[in-house]
Amino acid sequence: MMRVTSEVIRPDELREQLNDPGAGAYASFEGWIRNENEGHEVRRLEYESYEPLAMKEGQVVLREAAEKFPILKVECVHRVGMLEIGECAVWVGVAAPHRDEAFAACRYVIDQVKVRLPIWKKEHYANGHSGWVNCERCAAHGHIPDAEAVGR
Amino acid sequence: MSKTLTVRYFASFREQAGIDEETVSLTANTARDVFELLRKRHRSAEPLRHCKVAINDEMANWDSPVDDGDTILLFPPVAGG
Repeated sequence: MMRVTSEVIRPDELREQLNDPGAGAYASFEGWIRNENEGHEVRRLEYESYEPLAMKEGQVVLREAAEKFPILKVECVHRVGMLEIGECAVWVGVAAPHRDEAFAACRYVIDQVKVRLPIWKKEHYANGHSGWVNCERCAAHGHIPDAEAVGR
Repeated sequence: MSKTLTVRYFASFREQAGIDEETVSLTANTARDVFELLRKRHRSAEPLRHCKVAINDEMANWDSPVDDGDTILLFPPVAGG
């Protein structure tokens, strides 16, 4: 199941949901808040989502993963709100009979979640500026000193 | 013929427009028309190709038709993970 939450993500608790007697492999991915992006010192990250569609599209992604790969269970949780360095922003967990499909499904889910779900992040920099990641106008208007850095 | 639409803005779009929602009357047939008309109105430089749109809480595409009374959700480039 896909979940969007403002609560702290605890992977150790989440992986319990994936227990299955047929599972010989468990693969997971955790996305953490890093203190640097494109040469800028990042203090914290602020995530925003449009939750109804983030959940709906996330469910579609998980269903696709279950259809593409012979896995037993797949779950994803994405955090929103203000996150500090080192915190977990997203968790994906997959249980499968074998490791190949567990790794592949896990990779598929995180890659799709990043490009399809209506979730945005704003970087708050050490110099007091901030900028939405992937926003061209933010770059063009120099919300951060080196505007080119986020013009991706 | 002009249509009355509710438009919702998110993340950078909300900050650019200075509002999170507005009701507009536009001569628009598709989601693309809505995006282009409002992009000019709010002086956004964000190119359409990286953005996404939803109509009445369903993911849509830029050729999707818009009808009177629809709620259009304009999503700037996403960045989850």
